Amino acid sequence: MTTAIHTEDLHVYFEKNHALKGVNMDIEMNKITAIIGPSGCGKSTFIRCINRMNDLIPGCTVKGKVMVDGEDVNDDDVDVVDVRKRIGMVFQKPNPFPKSIYENVAYGPRLHGVAETIDGKVRRRKHTKKELDEIVEHSIRRAALWDEVKDRLDKSGTSLSGGQQQRLCIARTLAVGPEIILFDEPCSALDPIATAKIEDLLVDLKKDYTVVIVTHSMQQASRISDRTAFFYLGDLIEMGDTKQIFEKPSKELTEQYITGRMG
Amino acid sequence: MALKLRKEKGRRLRKNKHLPPREKAIQLALNIATWTSIVALAAVFGELMLGALPAFSSINIIDFFTGTVWNPSHPMYPLYGVVPLFVGTMMVSFGAALIAIPIGLGCSIWLAELASPRVKAVFKPAVEILAGIPSVIFGFFALVILSEWISVVFDPVTKLNALNGAIMLAVMMIPIMVTVAEDAMNAVPRNLREASLALGATRWETIRHVVVPASLSGVVAAIVLAFGRAVGETMTVLMATGNATLLHFDFLRSVQTMTAAIAIDFGEVEFGSDHYHVLFLVGLVLFVMTFIINFLADWVIRRYREEY
Amino acid sequence: MMLSRKATEVAVFSLFRGCAVLVVLALLVLVGYIATGGLERLSIEFLTDMPRRANTQGGIFPAIVGTFYLMLIVLSISVPIGVMSAIYLVEYQQNSLMGRVFRLAVYNLAGVPSIVYGLLGLGIFVAYLGLGFSLISAGLTLSIMTLPLMISSAREAIAAVPSTVREASYALGATKWQTIWHHVLPYALPGIFTGIILSVSRAAGETAPLMLTGVAMSLQRLPDSFFDSFMALPYHVFYMATQSSNLLATRPIQYATALVLLLLVLGMNLFAIVLRKRYRDKYRW
Repeated sequence: MTTAIHTEDLHVYFEKNHALKGVNMDIEMNKITAIIGPSGCGKSTFIRCINRMNDLIPGCTVKGKVMVDGEDVNDDDVDVVDVRKRIGMVFQKPNPFPKSIYENVAYGPRLHGVAETIDGKVRRRKHTKKELDEIVEHSIRRAALWDEVKDRLDKSGTSLSGGQQQRLCIARTLAVGPEIILFDEPCSALDPIATAKIEDLLVDLKKDYTVVIVTHSMQQASRISDRTAFFYLGDLIEMGDTKQIFEKPSKELTEQYITGRMG
Repeated sequence: MALKLRKEKGRRLRKNKHLPPREKAIQLALNIATWTSIVALAAVFGELMLGALPAFSSINIIDFFTGTVWNPSHPMYPLYGVVPLFVGTMMVSFGAALIAIPIGLGCSIWLAELASPRVKAVFKPAVEILAGIPSVIFGFFALVILSEWISVVFDPVTKLNALNGAIMLAVMMIPIMVTVAEDAMNAVPRNLREASLALGATRWETIRHVVVPASLSGVVAAIVLAFGRAVGETMTVLMATGNATLLHFDFLRSVQTMTAAIAIDFGEVEFGSDHYHVLFLVGLVLFVMTFIINFLADWVIRRYREEY
Repeated sequence: MMLSRKATEVAVFSLFRGCAVLVVLALLVLVGYIATGGLERLSIEFLTDMPRRANTQGGIFPAIVGTFYLMLIVLSISVPIGVMSAIYLVEYQQNSLMGRVFRLAVYNLAGVPSIVYGLLGLGIFVAYLGLGFSLISAGLTLSIMTLPLMISSAREAIAAVPSTVREASYALGATKWQTIWHHVLPYALPGIFTGIILSVSRAAGETAPLMLTGVAMSLQRLPDSFFDSFMALPYHVFYMATQSSNLLATRPIQYATALVLLLLVLGMNLFAIVLRKRYRDKYRW
């Protein structure tokens, strides 16, 4: 088991509100880790620490370490753009850009360019059309969307159904080539059939990516995740193999939540 | 104690005929008040037509629209070519647009995306105040101060020229642009920006590739609306541009706009004379121009509004 | 490419900040010059004296009075009509064809150039209705001119009242008008008030319509009725700066008059802005 993400004494404050209280957690590579807990327990806040999306919230302070690949994501000399290239995020409400399907997926790679080593120096250059086309097709295929959109890549991303839009957002994230993908309640705005498609997709994705998914559905967590972490009021209460958490939770709070007596 | 059920006659709020008389009367009064706007608009158009119509028979209309000399007060051979006035209007308006568009866009982006809430709270009122300053004050400033600065920098033949008007108009246009464009950018949902940033884009890349394209219809409408205001502006150009009616395209020479021509000439015109009617004709042309420009702005918003 | 992405961002953002600075600078320069130029001539006498010696001496009292009378007329005409129209548009005609027609009319009225309103005033009020070159002609013209602005502000204020308030009222059995009068208007009132102030201040600053409906260059007495001739601040600035007998000598008077107008309009605008902020803070929906 290799660790993809390691957090150490992670605290988050929104002005005076202490939203995350000293979280220590290890997230394993190529596994699906589910983060569950009642509303307001800090699940979204936690994963937004990993790709530094909390930077966007005024009045938010982050203390502690979030180690990815040996480096602290919050370090002063770490380029946040690079962090987000390697750690992607899919949001709760599908948010395709009002551009064509092709452009949605090509957006990320186009910005970052291609890294090449010439004479020992790393340079970036623009993609060729062929390279972009390949990336777009590969990403959409991987997101299990290709057959549905291959004939209308020039149509607007917003013309798709909710479930398709969310898969488009996943394709968009894949196109950038991350190692870790964070999902913030990706199915809460979708119907059960679309949800099932995405859950299948997630199980497929874990072969190549580390998946962290925040979900308010315990059924979803127990269906697809390998490891589960239970948060309550900003604290990480318990974390372990999904089977163990749902069958034999060791903390009482966990058991209360799982059996529905709380949250 | 039995409850007295109020048998109110009109419970259905939609159809007027089922309403109690008081509600009906109020609705009627409100309806009539609202008709004022339509009546006013019709009156504007009607009055312009009425005033301009006699001109169609008394002067050569082709000469009006194509004539390059505007000299209505000539005692023997008055000439009513509107082209110099039209060119004057276009010069100052386009000149103003050239200056106002980049600065206005920069301001809007800064306001919508970059400014901190504290700074915003000062800047937005400042823009509103600028928008509320009467045009005669801008005209006065252009007449007395700005023209001197232009003299120093450009050494023109006359200090009251098209450039003077264009710069002052630009300052007047910017608040309008900023207000409308900023609204359009603010309307772009936050999660689109987040999605872009989460893909590793910088803030500028997000603004350039996501926010601006998504709000483009609003931004274009802002530009068109501001341009329409510039075309219809009277006092500023009246005081700033020198009001010479020769046809030319030199920004450092004096021009007269259509609006200024109407304002100035009315002081000396005779009621019911040809000149009088031609001025109404100029007003009609102005009205049609601004009507089309406003229609365009509205159409752009309607047609190209992004579905988020 | 990484470095230049960041560098581009820094450069571009500085440029944008520069634009904002330019705009604030323009405002400060404008107000600054008018203020410094006009302060020396500003005094109680200047505000309360009648003009003397063809406007080269004395005060601008009639112009101030004229402007106030005009604001009064605009207040009494465009406010009731504007607010009533706004109520009608928001509460009764939100989604109908007629509503769209009305809104289009208001939108187009807002875009009509001020000098064209002058032509309207001249043709209809001065000539056709026979009101002559008088306060009432000018006032009526200005009222129509500010109507679109009044309607827009009032509409915004009324539409901002959340529909839940209305639903609650209807659910209790209130009629439409009762709901509007007791539940919508009270909450919309601060916003409407702000709109009134902004509209009236706009009317106070207009010159072009006045030029065609009878504003006078110099009067030795105040108007004794609405059918009388009048002076007005904005026109006085224009006249003194472009046509008065001795342009250079009367420069201080020009500046001072401009300053008085500026203070009047700025004062009203600032008042409206402060009012709106307090109202927003109070009613966070």
